[in-house]
Amino acid sequence: MIKFFLLSLFSLSLMADAFSGEVEKQALNISAIIMFVLFVGLTLVITYWAAKRTSTAKDFYTAGGGITGFQNGLAIAGDYMSAASFLGISALVYANGYDGLIYSIGFLVGWPIILFMVAEKLRNLGKFTFADVASYRLKQKPIRILASFGAIATVTLYLIAQMVGSGKLIQLLFGLDYEVAVILVGILMIMYVTFGGMLATTWVQIIKAVLLLSGATFMAFMVMKSMNFSFETLFATAVDVHPKGLAIMAPGGLISDPISAISLAIALMFGTAGLPHILMRFFTVSNAKEARKSVFYATGFIGYFYMLTFIIGFGAIVLVSTNPEYLEAGKALIGGNNMAAIHLSHAVGGDLFLGFISAVAFATILAVVSGLTLAGASAISHDLYSNVFVEGKTDEKKEMRVSKYATIALGVVAIFLGIAFEEQNIAFMVGLAFAIAASANFPILFLSIYWSKLTTRGAFIGGSLGLATAVLLVILGPIVWVQVLGNEEAIFPYKYPALFSVSVAFISIYILSITDRSKNAENERAAFEHQHIRSETGIGSEGASSH
Amino acid sequence: MYTDIYNQIKADKEYQTLVKRRKRFALSLTIIILFVYFSFILTLAYAPHVFAIPLSENGVTSLGIPVGVGIIVFSFILTGIYVRKANHEFDTILNRLKDDLGIKHD
Repeated sequence: MIKFFLLSLFSLSLMADAFSGEVEKQALNISAIIMFVLFVGLTLVITYWAAKRTSTAKDFYTAGGGITGFQNGLAIAGDYMSAASFLGISALVYANGYDGLIYSIGFLVGWPIILFMVAEKLRNLGKFTFADVASYRLKQKPIRILASFGAIATVTLYLIAQMVGSGKLIQLLFGLDYEVAVILVGILMIMYVTFGGMLATTWVQIIKAVLLLSGATFMAFMVMKSMNFSFETLFATAVDVHPKGLAIMAPGGLISDPISAISLAIALMFGTAGLPHILMRFFTVSNAKEARKSVFYATGFIGYFYMLTFIIGFGAIVLVSTNPEYLEAGKALIGGNNMAAIHLSHAVGGDLFLGFISAVAFATILAVVSGLTLAGASAISHDLYSNVFVEGKTDEKKEMRVSKYATIALGVVAIFLGIAFEEQNIAFMVGLAFAIAASANFPILFLSIYWSKLTTRGAFIGGSLGLATAVLLVILGPIVWVQVLGNEEAIFPYKYPALFSVSVAFISIYILSITDRSKNAENERAAFEHQHIRSETGIGSEGASSH
Repeated sequence: MYTDIYNQIKADKEYQTLVKRRKRFALSLTIIILFVYFSFILTLAYAPHVFAIPLSENGVTSLGIPVGVGIIVFSFILTGIYVRKANHEFDTILNRLKDDLGIKHD
């Protein structure tokens, strides 16, 4: 099976090579493809190994709960350092300088908050999904429906963005057709997740994180070496050659008004704490102690990575924008600004290193989509099927079978949507995913952990209102209403709705909960005490499996 | 299943102090990081020129660079402080409590 797959992969790539014209491009394609095939070969071996160790639902969803804090930290970093953030942030630095750093900081500060507020409570209360925690003492059906709806919406939007990005990137790097690239990513991801479950996904994530961090470290090192290890020299040279001059050392147009600034900050902070594929990772460790360590390591790796991308962006200004080899006639980068890091890899390490970084970029996409798909599939099988559809009257075998079907279905949907959205403007999708995560997933999760007076009515209606507000405001805002739908002026003036939609969620959950006088609400409030003790002590929580 | 243990531990003075201390600690660190980040964001919104000030008279490196990198490093250090205290001090107390109740722990 694996052999056959590698073989077909190879013939695909050879086919693509025959189509690509330039001699120079072909040479670099081959080193990239060889390294990518090596990566895929290694990950398939891991998937085979993981498949033999994945027999129970706990193995499938959480790798048996035996991942260490350090490994999980790397895997979380792997989930978070997507190709979009590697190429996108270095492109932002390349184009605007300092603004790229502002963006990275927003993505990073969510992590300390996750550690202080969510990580260990999540580990102590949950089993497989964050809906386990949100519905701990509330009515299973409505809360799980809402939570899994939020999870599936977040995952799907993220998946589409990754698929479209991957298709375009692979098209550019390897010379494969867009459709072929998207189908290839979809098939590989289905294989990792259905056969190897969380164990394979985790190791794919870890390997990719190590490769990406090493590659980026090498690039940053080479940039600094060419600047005699002086940041002042790097910045001064960049200011000299950049069309914006000294402006790249100062904040630019990313943050325009205070409302947008606060709204973006809320979306990034609370959104990160509501991403289902990230939250799910906390169930792969054995206890609260390891959960805390995971965040510590993850924050370190992610922060380090963002500093590297900053150096890489400036390195590209200095070494790429001055070299006609990487520029089109109009002085624009070949392949657009998102290729800044890729061109820089060639500038500092030649064809071989370009091949390495291209393969790493592909590997990154594969790892991220696998994590997303697993989170989406568990929302479908564990929350919707097991706990809503058949109301717990099922066995593990059946639930696992459903999750594998769900994985395949999600993979196929992702392939179709990836192809359907090829020519669409998808810039809003990750923003919308964060807005939904911050406005629906996070409020119900956070309040169910901390607020004793939360009731099902409050959580369900309030969370739904938060979700609806986020979606509505994104549609009426400048990105969709003007840029996608082509209207003159936006009905809702801000790009980021989180400030408003998160407020709607919290306020309506509050009001609907405290005014809930039902018998059921009384029981739910009474159940908080024991939940609180479990969340504080871990007594009664899911341990690591014995094997 | 755990109702008895929960009722027992709930009444424990040491448990109550632990929960209070840990809550205060987590909340303080959260407020610190929120304060730092929102100060940064609001400075960007209201007085972006502050971050454009060069560090030295003839240099180009602006104040914004060390501030930005500083926030990244600071976030990491804060997580380190939390994990150290939680995994050593707080967990030691918790494990002692669990010993008293005859509950297994690692």
